[in-house]
Amino acid sequence: MKVLKGRKITKGRAKGVALVSQKPLSFLGGIDPETGIVKDAESDIKGESVKDKILVFPRGKGSTVGSYVIYQLKKNNVAPKAIVVEDAETIVATGAIIAEIPMVDKIDTKKIKSGQIIEVDADKGEVIIHEEEGI
Amino acid sequence: MYLTKEEELILAGEYGYALQKAMEILVALGEIYGADRLIPIKSAQIAGVSYKNIGDAGIEFLRDFVDAGAKVSVYTTLNPAGIGNEEFMEKQREVLELYRAMGIEITSTCTPYYGANMPKFGDHLAWSESSAVSFANSILGARTNREGGPSSLAAAIVGKTPNYGLHLEENRKATVIVEIQAKVKEFVDYSFLGYHLGKLLKNDIPYFKGLKPEKIDYLKELGASMAATGSIALYHVEGETPEYKTAITDKLERIQVDDRELEEVKAKYNADWGEIDVILIGCPHASIQEIKEVAELLKMRGRPLKIPLFITASRVIKYLADSLGYTEVIERYNGKIIVDACLIVSPIESWYKGIATNSGKASFYFSSAGLEVRLDNTDKLILEAP
Repeated sequence: MKVLKGRKITKGRAKGVALVSQKPLSFLGGIDPETGIVKDAESDIKGESVKDKILVFPRGKGSTVGSYVIYQLKKNNVAPKAIVVEDAETIVATGAIIAEIPMVDKIDTKKIKSGQIIEVDADKGEVIIHEEEGI
Repeated sequence: MYLTKEEELILAGEYGYALQKAMEILVALGEIYGADRLIPIKSAQIAGVSYKNIGDAGIEFLRDFVDAGAKVSVYTTLNPAGIGNEEFMEKQREVLELYRAMGIEITSTCTPYYGANMPKFGDHLAWSESSAVSFANSILGARTNREGGPSSLAAAIVGKTPNYGLHLEENRKATVIVEIQAKVKEFVDYSFLGYHLGKLLKNDIPYFKGLKPEKIDYLKELGASMAATGSIALYHVEGETPEYKTAITDKLERIQVDDRELEEVKAKYNADWGEIDVILIGCPHASIQEIKEVAELLKMRGRPLKIPLFITASRVIKYLADSLGYTEVIERYNGKIIVDACLIVSPIESWYKGIATNSGKASFYFSSAGLEVRLDNTDKLILEAP
């Protein structure tokens, strides 16, 4: 078990399978709000679904309307369980707040691998890696 | 970040869900960007209005927010709306009605300062449209960060914004000196200059030397173009803008702009008239002086345009143009004043293949949307068009 210390952006706890993108992520046009599937052609997780994952990426990019896409993902039950980033910015932080998704930042996202079971304790600003290798 | 007792209560949900969510957004942004506290704002200007931009996701959020009792607490206006087919317009009307239900003034314009809302020097604002942000900061000396749609809405509801970025005196100093050696005289020259510098400087705060704008509209276009190709939210012009005297610090980098650099922009947007099927004036929304100029040029031209001319403007400016007789002249020559809307946030690429405009900002966006673009001065557009 490994604990990464970061900072709380929105409150809550969640445990799930990590989906890690090494590149900044655009929500508007980048993720289908109906299905939760990543569509952004430049993304290294294109084709993956964010549904019920712990979504890990360096930072958000693109239109500030992206916040509303995060909200719609939640309403359509295809949202990630939690969001982990290196640097929070307006788009993703606002989206996580209105969609009530636990979120932490100031985490070195390179230390997390896709497929690992991780736990986000946003209230403590922590990410706990339960398994070193994927399932 | 320090919160007052009252702000703590809002955050705890004592005043309902909508205020709580709005406060959560402001507090989170304040923490992220290192604000010490929230400060009261005089007005808000909200992006996320065109249905093309916010889509069903935005409508769903706004409807839930209205149902939760969201109301703005300061004077608030909107960004321009989109124009589309009947289905699009129905959704667009729904968006506007949701904003109206929150107590927002339904004037949808990127130039609220020409009518509904003129801030004064030193006012703190939460504005979001990038050219309006640039105008308010640079020309009026008001203070606003470049807000996103949801963050400006949150600020409008709470009536406050986190105290960071351009709200702080020390962050409003110039970061680069721009010496103008090029001929910058007409409206379109300011488009060329702004387009070039936005790309070059990204998010700097330029200090212009050697710029003598004849009209305020020229500075409006300069700021709009820099904010489109870059994310410049504040600039100073020596001898012209209100904060130039306190903008300079030691050891600033200097750059020069000469004619060659502006000609490169001109050459990039030089589509033949044969490829153009619409003319656009009014990006950002036209002033009454720009509309008057177009009406006079059309009379000088003496024959109707073969392709449509659209002038986008705020409703208040259209009313003025109506009463002064300019609208009638413009319509006689195949022109139309479109109010409270923006072609950039409309599905224009499905209607037209080429656009002629005097705006560097419009050129940048329409070119990205796949249209052919001709960027030229207002008189050339009106007198030389087919």
